[in-house]
Amino acid sequence: MNFMHLINALPGVAAQGLIWGIMAIGVYITYKILDVADLTVDGTMCTGGAVYIMLTMAGLPWPAALLGAFLAGLLAGLATGLFHTLCGIPAILAGILTQLALYSVNLRIMGQANRPINSIQYDVLLSSRDVRALSIQNPIFIGAIFVVVIIAVLYWFFGTELGSSLRATGANQNMARAQGINTNVSKVLGLMLSNGLVALSSALLAQYQGFADVNMGRGAIVIGLAAVIIGEVLFSKVFHNFGLKLLAVAIGAVLYYLVYQVVIWLGLNPDDMKLVTALIVAAFLAIPYWKSRYFSKAGKRGAQTHA
Amino acid sequence: MLEIKEIYKTFNAGTINEKRAMNGVSLTLNDGDFVTVIGGNGAGKSTLLNLVAGVYPVDSGTISIDGQDVTRLPEHKRAKFIGRVFQDPMMGTAATMQIEENLALAARRGQGRSLRPGITRAEREQYKELLKILDLGLEDRLTSKVGLLSGGQRQALTLLMATLKKPKLLLLDEHTAALDPKTAAKVLDTTEKIVQRDKLTTLMITHNMRDAIAHGNRLIMMYEGRIAVDVSGEEKKKLTVEQLLNLFSKASGSDEADDKLLLG
Repeated sequence: MNFMHLINALPGVAAQGLIWGIMAIGVYITYKILDVADLTVDGTMCTGGAVYIMLTMAGLPWPAALLGAFLAGLLAGLATGLFHTLCGIPAILAGILTQLALYSVNLRIMGQANRPINSIQYDVLLSSRDVRALSIQNPIFIGAIFVVVIIAVLYWFFGTELGSSLRATGANQNMARAQGINTNVSKVLGLMLSNGLVALSSALLAQYQGFADVNMGRGAIVIGLAAVIIGEVLFSKVFHNFGLKLLAVAIGAVLYYLVYQVVIWLGLNPDDMKLVTALIVAAFLAIPYWKSRYFSKAGKRGAQTHA
Repeated sequence: MLEIKEIYKTFNAGTINEKRAMNGVSLTLNDGDFVTVIGGNGAGKSTLLNLVAGVYPVDSGTISIDGQDVTRLPEHKRAKFIGRVFQDPMMGTAATMQIEENLALAARRGQGRSLRPGITRAEREQYKELLKILDLGLEDRLTSKVGLLSGGQRQALTLLMATLKKPKLLLLDEHTAALDPKTAAKVLDTTEKIVQRDKLTTLMITHNMRDAIAHGNRLIMMYEGRIAVDVSGEEKKKLTVEQLLNLFSKASGSDEADDKLLLG
């Protein structure tokens, strides 16, 4: 266990964490603002990269390819949204259906299960080759710019009339409808926006790692939730502003990759990492429940009177 | 203002739990009418309000507001005409949003929601003034999360939201039932103030017969999905609780009225 190995891995941790942070911000929109656990993202986390690579290989410049990936994400969110609102399918199942469908769609887009992209030959925005370079090509720098711009845009959007109606829908659907908000439209819009961001993150990730793979999104929702939860646990006491809360999510994603790297450095098989992630997220979701059930003051008093 | 014609509604039709909740109700409210609605549990009071608000569709019959047939309009579209306060104080406000944000949402009821700012500085000043009518000190807490407020404060805020943009029809579904007597009286007092000020056409369900008599210019009593008693004008002004019970016994043809109404 050479400590330098860990230090050497840190730039990669930062870059990957920031890219996944964009994905986690997408998850935050559905999970925290709309109060829906959207499993579509496991599929979208490949779709974005697949679309980006195919468009780039077709000769499109990176901004157009990135836009294409974003639009593909919007479509995936639209599919889940329509399953949920138009067909009355529970949100979680609607997401699973789209996710499954996307597996085939992703294979169709790529034509094969894995698509490498040569960062020298094709027009890519960032690459892991530059992760130690002191230039604006550095993926850490580019990732950070994306995170900041996305947070700024979302901060503005959720302050508008339309954004407020999305928040109201997530907070209290009865109230939202009584105030004339079409809650179905809100949900579809939220799901689209979320999946658009996830696809954008996927497109950046595919460039960073130099390939898109049909399995690259497996378990993405859990990583996203982990980032949201880590950000919340660490910063909820200090960050009250909405923009800062989104920043906390991105930092949460970076910390997730830091923990990931440390655990691997300690000798854990990377194959076991999904198991570890699932258990960590389960624990963090369980803790607030246990706290309210077994450790609250009211609970203790109740226990004493029954004793 | 409101015209209900022969509406029927059956829940769980064809099952063992079948319940005919609305049994051919017709009701016309004139502009500025303040109608109180009483009746025992399961008489159909809340169903009537929910059908008017569009929470669920009618089986048959029509509902018009201000001459426009709204029978087929979904809930969020009818909201353009209707302000509502619910029995559950949690239901009318968004707990995780600020007081001013809740008001700003209500101020845009019936309008398209675009990418304009969700709240403006001018609105904040306006809300500060409007909150004073509640006399709860909320005017100094515009940016507090609504989840921090008490049930009474939330009901008062919901009332303000329902009337912020003058509705053609105000629906109050036992909006003071979940509050302690003192708070209930205060919220009811504010209700009366706002309804008088804006001359709102109002349907108010209450479980309290005295309140039903004290407020409004017309009183209806429901029984088994029908309007059993309908009193207005001078007759309503002179009404006593005892007379009301007698009227109900006559209409329903049973003596169990007393218990059902008083306890219900």
